[in-house]
Amino acid sequence: MKLSHDQLADMYHRMWLIRYFEESARSLFQENMIRGTTHMYTGEEAVAVGACAALNRDDYITSTHRGHGHCLAKGGDPRRMMAELLGKVTGYCKGKGGSMHIADLDLGILGANGIVGGGIGIATGAAYSADLRGSGQVAVCFFGDGASNQGILMEAANMAALWKLPIIYLCEENQYAEFSPSKPFIAVERIEVKAQAFGLAGVTVDGNDVLAVYEAVRRAVERARGGDGPTLLVAQTYRLEGHTVGDPLTYRPKEEADEWKSAERDPISRFGRYLTGEGGFSEKELETLRQKAQAEIDEAIKFAIDSPEPEIAALWEDVTA
Amino acid sequence: MAVRQLRYREALNEALHEEMARDPSVCVLGEDVGRYGGPFQVTRGLFDRYGEKRVRDTPISEEGFVGIAVGAAMTGLRPVAEILYIDFSTLAMDQIVNQAAKARYMFGGKARVPLVIRTQGGGGRGNAAQHSQSLEMWYVHVPGLVVVQPATPYDAKGLLKSAIRDDNPVIFIEHKLLYNTTGPVPDEEYLIPIGIADVKRPGNDVTIVATSRMVLFALKAAEELARQGIEAEVIDPRTLKPLDVDTIVRSVEKTGRLVVVNEGHLTGGFTAEVAARVQREAFDWLDAPIMQVATEDVPLPYNGRLELEAIPNEQDIINAALEIVYRD
Repeated sequence: MKLSHDQLADMYHRMWLIRYFEESARSLFQENMIRGTTHMYTGEEAVAVGACAALNRDDYITSTHRGHGHCLAKGGDPRRMMAELLGKVTGYCKGKGGSMHIADLDLGILGANGIVGGGIGIATGAAYSADLRGSGQVAVCFFGDGASNQGILMEAANMAALWKLPIIYLCEENQYAEFSPSKPFIAVERIEVKAQAFGLAGVTVDGNDVLAVYEAVRRAVERARGGDGPTLLVAQTYRLEGHTVGDPLTYRPKEEADEWKSAERDPISRFGRYLTGEGGFSEKELETLRQKAQAEIDEAIKFAIDSPEPEIAALWEDVTA
Repeated sequence: MAVRQLRYREALNEALHEEMARDPSVCVLGEDVGRYGGPFQVTRGLFDRYGEKRVRDTPISEEGFVGIAVGAAMTGLRPVAEILYIDFSTLAMDQIVNQAAKARYMFGGKARVPLVIRTQGGGGRGNAAQHSQSLEMWYVHVPGLVVVQPATPYDAKGLLKSAIRDDNPVIFIEHKLLYNTTGPVPDEEYLIPIGIADVKRPGNDVTIVATSRMVLFALKAAEELARQGIEAEVIDPRTLKPLDVDTIVRSVEKTGRLVVVNEGHLTGGFTAEVAARVQREAFDWLDAPIMQVATEDVPLPYNGRLELEAIPNEQDIINAALEIVYRD
């Protein structure tokens, strides 16, 4: 399905928004302004942006520990996200969730998740809920190749297939699972074949091609909304950074990462080439979109730094209703 | 007010029927809860009345269907998920502890998880080590969860209705040996508020706090103690979290003596928690050490003699009370 000029511009802008958000988050972490740990989505922008471009505002997503990209792609406000990373009261979770727990229920973002595979049950439940309410919403469950080994995937996907729930299990095959390559831990060559065992449709797509991801998700969404059941969609991409910021990356060859970083493979560069070619965009337009994203992230950092910390009383708030 | 004698299981079944009729967002999920009517027949009749989408028979996938219930609760439904034995809730621990319990707090108060997990625990029926546990304190320990344990048909119905209407994840723990017990249940609709203890028997000489099936033992023990001239006050907290400490403390201020009875294990258990709270808030009123009556720190054995020895009984409660009442 053909995307409009504005839609393509929005997607390009969002990819840069994610890239700059992550670069800034890494710096802020290194400056000790972000506590705990944080996980970079750099290099995987095409998956989140392509997928969310195929969704409506009220459709659901569940995200992962590597979740900033999904949230921005679904329309999350970078200011409130950055404020959350800095633990500020203006953050999405009033500073009590941090990098791994950003949620915006008004945008259907049912939360990043600190547990690998932690969103699988929740997303399936959201799809069950949409089906029961007859709302026409779908759910996209983002998870990684590492999470494809979690048992709940088999349990939830089986029920989703039995009940023909409107859900897309979107496996971001970024080739690494925490501090190891994922391949030695997955007994099958292609993750897609697990779909057959679960009773799902299985599709593999180039996860660094934002338009290919968009098209694959659009079709899966169409199937889901039409009552034809769930899809396991594997988007093959590459985690350009380590598991966490500060990961020494001793377990992977530098040349491999350099190759994926090259303009030939980088998802933003690839999309830029499409846009200035077939897409009919000028270089100047792209540059304006890139600069706009950069300015928004700069503004988000300023907003976060200038925001107040929570009052101590907040410690006891929102434990129960 | 018209009152009938109902079984515990029937009272729970009525609560589910009434809440599903009242609110279309209430749904039920679990193993054999639909066509079969529930392994303990608590969900009987729901499938025929409300259909397969609202009454979902699930595969044997505790983590999966509890996870689905959590996601459904976050997106506008009020699911009641049934875990056949509380022992199997261990399979769904990530969903309960890391997801359901935390969502509200870690998302800054934006998420609501109006979920009920119905399950049943306890021993005494020879179900052995993996089907007899009393794991209520595992859940009491987790901020964000509400833990309810009704002992009578009346409490079971009124508390289940409140649990379904509650906006928190509620762990609703029944007892396998209570399903066939009977008690008065009014015809009219009623609710029992969560977090309020019930004085099951008034008395001035010793306070006995007991939960779930142990309430029945405590009441029998109180009758025997009465024959010996000791009037025990029996309190059922009904909700373990939030715990109605005030009602217990007020009683101890009157009696000066406390026995706490729970079917969970002694170490790190409910009896220790109540003892700690009461000694802090009623230290000056205590005339004797607080007595703990709990299950032995062993896995539940299959053999009947051994199991009886492991689980507290009426005599254990009587002995504990006599030990601190200091009378011949």
